[in-house]
Amino acid sequence: MSGLLGKKIGMTSIYDENGKNIPCTVIQAGPCIVTQVRTKDVDGYEAIQLGFEDKKEKHTTKAMKGHFDKADTTPKRFLAEFSRFEEKKKFGDVLTVDVFQEGEYVDVVGTSKGKGFQGVVKRYNFKGVNDATHGQHNRLRAPGSIGASSYPSRVFKGMRMAGRTGGKRVKLINLQVMKIIPENNVIVVKGAVPGPNNSLVKIERWS
Amino acid sequence: MGKNELIKLVEDSVAVKEFPKFKAGDTITVTYKIKEGSKERLQKFQGVVLQRVGTTPTETFTIRKISGNIGVERVFPLASPFIEEIVVNKEGVVRRARIFYFRDLRGKKARIKEKRQ
Repeated sequence: MSGLLGKKIGMTSIYDENGKNIPCTVIQAGPCIVTQVRTKDVDGYEAIQLGFEDKKEKHTTKAMKGHFDKADTTPKRFLAEFSRFEEKKKFGDVLTVDVFQEGEYVDVVGTSKGKGFQGVVKRYNFKGVNDATHGQHNRLRAPGSIGASSYPSRVFKGMRMAGRTGGKRVKLINLQVMKIIPENNVIVVKGAVPGPNNSLVKIERWS
Repeated sequence: MGKNELIKLVEDSVAVKEFPKFKAGDTITVTYKIKEGSKERLQKFQGVVLQRVGTTPTETFTIRKISGNIGVERVFPLASPFIEEIVVNKEGVVRRARIFYFRDLRGKKARIKEKRQ
């Protein structure tokens, strides 16, 4: 695996060589710095920790500052671990968008937009009641039956009902990299990416 | 670097051809390429512009024509590489930027005053 942390900038569309209009998302990815290397001997597993986006020193606790000093870097806002990294990376190494190539496929992880408390029609794509007439009243977006009666005399665990929607970790797999602009640390992927603009996303490539 | 600048950077690669100015209410003819198998040919679509949406290079415009008593609308992206040419046939006088009321008008009512030159 290879990857980077980035920030969703927004969406636009470009044209491919066949003249097809392609919706795509602009992500500012990296530069990320290796802030820690997890090894089998010490931690029991192998991974590297990447830091992304500077933050002010006054917003950093002394403990975290010590952590960043070890890697000889400025305090970073976001830290994330990447397991099974392809290349062996050292403390303080800097990763840029060069780790990706145009045309290849990547996975993007983000936190979806929070929708608040939603009913089952929006949350689970239930159909609701398809009739507004034939005796229906107040039930257009109702879930319907949630189970049988005397047996089992309870509602099964995991029954899909209304509740908090969105704001969850979502991973989209196999998004094509349309374009890379190394000077500005910009990567453009085909299609949409979870989360609002300016939110943190994790870009991964499994090979 | 701000948000919009990065998006603009990506949009710079989209080439938008030079077209004459047109707005809602104008009658224009769009010549565009269509692919039939491996062959390419040109087709024309003439009608009234209903609206222009967005900013270049993601801008689109809608044209409406009456084809055999049936209204036909087409949306073109302004930056589409398939558009060959746009000709403004008539400049209309309308009071709004999006003339959706025009859809409900038929016959003699469905006329737009022409701009005096």
